Amino acid sequence: MAKILSSINTSDENFKKRYEHNKELIKEIEDIKAVIKNGGAKKSHEVNKERGKLFCRQRIEKVLDKGSPFLEVAPMAAYNMYGGEVPSAGIVTGVGRVSGREVMIVANDQTVKGGTYYPVTVKKHIRAQHIAMENNLPCLYIVDSGGAYLPLQDGVFPDKEHFGNIFYNQAVMSSKGLLQVALVTGLATAGGAYQPAMCDQCIIVKDTGAIFIGGPPLVKAATGEVVDAEELGGADVHTRISGVADYYANDEEAGIRKVREIFANYPKGEKFPIDRVSPKEPYYDPDEIYGIIPDNLEAPYDVREIIARIVDNSEFEEFKARYGQTVVAGFARIGGYLVGIIGNNGAIFPESSTKAAHFIELCSFRKIPLIFLQNITGFIIGKKYEHQGMPKDGAKWVHAVSTTNVPKFTVIVGNSYGAGNYAMCGRGFNPRFLWMWPNSRIGVMGHNQAADVLTQVKIKQYEREGKTLSEKEIENIRNPILEDYKNKSEALYSTARLWDDGIIDPAKTRQYLMLSIELSLNKKIGEVNFGIFRM
Amino acid sequence: MEYSECEKKRILVANRGEIAIRILKAIRELGHTAIAIYSDADKFSPHLTFADEAYYVGESEASKSYLNIDRIIEVAKKNKIDGIHPGYGFLAENTKFADVVKSSNMVWVGPQPKSMYDVGDKIRAREIAKSAGVPIIPGVTLGSNTDPVDAAKGLGFPILIKASAGGGGKGMRIVRDERELIDNVDIARKEAESSFADPTIYFEKLLEEPHHIEIQVLADKFGNAYYFPERECSIQRRYQKIVEESPSTTIDRMQAKSMGEAALKVIKEIAYDSAGTVEFMVDKDKNFYFLEVNTRIQVEHPVTEEITGIDLVANQIEVAFGKSLSFNQDSLNIPKGHAIEARIYAEDPVNNFIPSTGKIDYYKIPYGAGIRLDDGACKGFEIPIHYDPIISKVIARGKDRKQSLYRLHKALSDYHILPLKTTISFIMNIIKHPEFIKGCYDTNFINKNYEKLFDENEEYIPLAIACYYYLGSQGFSNEYNLDGRETLKECWQHLTNFRG
Repeated sequence: MAKILSSINTSDENFKKRYEHNKELIKEIEDIKAVIKNGGAKKSHEVNKERGKLFCRQRIEKVLDKGSPFLEVAPMAAYNMYGGEVPSAGIVTGVGRVSGREVMIVANDQTVKGGTYYPVTVKKHIRAQHIAMENNLPCLYIVDSGGAYLPLQDGVFPDKEHFGNIFYNQAVMSSKGLLQVALVTGLATAGGAYQPAMCDQCIIVKDTGAIFIGGPPLVKAATGEVVDAEELGGADVHTRISGVADYYANDEEAGIRKVREIFANYPKGEKFPIDRVSPKEPYYDPDEIYGIIPDNLEAPYDVREIIARIVDNSEFEEFKARYGQTVVAGFARIGGYLVGIIGNNGAIFPESSTKAAHFIELCSFRKIPLIFLQNITGFIIGKKYEHQGMPKDGAKWVHAVSTTNVPKFTVIVGNSYGAGNYAMCGRGFNPRFLWMWPNSRIGVMGHNQAADVLTQVKIKQYEREGKTLSEKEIENIRNPILEDYKNKSEALYSTARLWDDGIIDPAKTRQYLMLSIELSLNKKIGEVNFGIFRM
Repeated sequence: MEYSECEKKRILVANRGEIAIRILKAIRELGHTAIAIYSDADKFSPHLTFADEAYYVGESEASKSYLNIDRIIEVAKKNKIDGIHPGYGFLAENTKFADVVKSSNMVWVGPQPKSMYDVGDKIRAREIAKSAGVPIIPGVTLGSNTDPVDAAKGLGFPILIKASAGGGGKGMRIVRDERELIDNVDIARKEAESSFADPTIYFEKLLEEPHHIEIQVLADKFGNAYYFPERECSIQRRYQKIVEESPSTTIDRMQAKSMGEAALKVIKEIAYDSAGTVEFMVDKDKNFYFLEVNTRIQVEHPVTEEITGIDLVANQIEVAFGKSLSFNQDSLNIPKGHAIEARIYAEDPVNNFIPSTGKIDYYKIPYGAGIRLDDGACKGFEIPIHYDPIISKVIARGKDRKQSLYRLHKALSDYHILPLKTTISFIMNIIKHPEFIKGCYDTNFINKNYEKLFDENEEYIPLAIACYYYLGSQGFSNEYNLDGRETLKECWQHLTNFRG
């Protein structure tokens, strides 16, 4: 493969300006993450400690193999939601290695509202299970939760992807041979009691762990029976009398050791063999990405400069380089693995659509994973392109993205607007992971366009009523719309709502992809099976 | 890809070890057929595994194999070879070999034999540089009527007095002022007379704190010629380079440009049409003087490749087969970061660098960001006594000198070759020496710091070997294949403690 020849000059002023700007952006994110990673209030931590309990992040660190990466999913979920009181949505999820296997870990954070489930908490828990299902990962649930957050029960309990779905997923995964293990380190109450009960194997910790359908207050209210938690559903009860749990652990450390033993005895599947050679670091320093991302999103930049800083030895074998140039497609290696990469260099045209669809076909037939680097303002519009059948060609691409048999990974590196988001494998198209850069924006269209459209609609309404608006009045209508739209398309807004799997440091994109690609190979890549392409 | 369009050639590499591997890889990347040769001692050499075909050329002694022109040509003819790449060393600068290759209707991957001849002799090369208007180290032969003081003043002190007929350092004297000159001239003449039966003496300007800095050039058959950022090669032991870096800390971009332009003048004078190197000496006042031209690819070429992203070997092959070059000289002048190379020899630094040949029992290679390893060894391979004991070159590239030094040091500390003695820890001591870190060093560096550059860690090698065998006997599986290469590590093992 040929090395990409970068035309970036790292000593020019523009580079330095962009570098500073983007470095500042990621610093903001890192600062927020650092606070979030402390979990709940200091007081909750103290209470936790007094009871001899570990913080959920400590539990994860202890359960992981020495030196294991931890690919955390959606660490900033629920950011600025629910009055900012639910850091990480009260649940830590991510993939790490336990006894040599990649395992999806779901751990309640007891220090955040007693580990109760807010709507986003449920969404995050289910997202973690979907990742496990799509990539064939066994699951570990570290259970320490008071169940649904009652004031918001209507957003937690009844719907398809609400609380019940968690148990459904556990059953389905178990039926597919994906090991489900629970370590109960605190409460598993009401519906929550099913979490350990639905697992294949379950460990409960003495004194602190408790599983019951109705806790002591409910029992007293309903039947008058007075009983304490340990006697009602503690470790001794469940491992000796009821059989709800399988292993009795004297303390959390012992429970964690047991978890590691269980995973050590779980057969380790072979990874799906895709083409791989010895990995090489990129020739161009990934750190230079900060100096390439424009400091205003409208400014275009060549996505090849980003590819050069993500792939092995900066080598890229470009496909159809001279045709449909607003889409850049080609083969490269990441961590030694052969991958196909699709990036954007402008709006999508009919030619760029068919080119992308063709390239996806190539990768699908050869079982080469696909990476999408999204920086897309949308499909080209206008009479000429409608006549040319833009939606028809766009549909080919969307068809291919939807039904390809290979794992897909999406990184939003700039704009993610409109149908461009679909073609470039947005959330709705089931990429195995979707990461977002701090500078990126997502929405049905750019905020300026959106504000213009909505303002036009308002002006028309007034016109029908016979009113003409002054420029000042128009501005007064437009500005709040613009502001609202802008906020709602920010990366932070997106990540809080789990539209993505996390905002990542652009310079670490390569590592995120290496880990994601490799863990995706736990699942066999199936055969090609496309639908009807509109010709 | 673009190379698949070109006609497939059969190219023979008349060399061995790391450089043979480097060239064989380039040939295959270009889409040609790569052909190796080997001697008795190299029957299991790793370089054979990088070739499409390999042919035996003779017994272990170099004169009977890699230096055996008749035999190599015979093998080449028999196997329908289109071109021969000589590498470095062995026959690389042998005009006769180049002539025979060409007269046998094969392409010589190197310059025209005439150009090789022109600069093959130091005195001829000096004359050529002079006529190209490139400065040479000033010197004057002292006739019997010449006033030594005038002659000396014309050159400027300090001065080296040599016997005109002499060599090997005999009768050489350094004089730093007029007084010392007067004291020494007569003695030197007498010494010259008694030693060489000729009292003629020669004054040469003595360069103080000299630097050995060289310019890589690349030229084609159409008159296109380019120079690359300088390589600083002042770290030498026994007049052989051991650490090279680019760019140099001694000269600035303007000076590099003037040296580059001077290098082009020299090679244009001899109608040069391949990859080559023009070597210069630079004194403490940054004056540069022509030294010689190397008409081959050099050991240290990767340093230049790393900071420019240009594959010199592939280009050298392509120009030999008639491709023209097209670079932007201005963009070549800006180094992309900094690169440094450490030459790993199977030598014992403590015992005056005597070769330490033998079988490699344990071979672990370094990995990491910006690290390139050009090696020609593997576990189980026996470093032959017959040839240059180079094992490999570790090249580190960083965004600046600080980073590449750090990366090189880390890589060297991860590089283990047992039980041979190597230059690894010696070089680690060089690059962590405060003067080296500051970039303040000249060709005297190793001699000046000799004592400090040895490492007692060498003593632990037998212990390390013992541990290795012990662990092996305990049934610890090692992570290495039979060829000594590491098995591919999973990313999940490799990205230790990644937390995003």
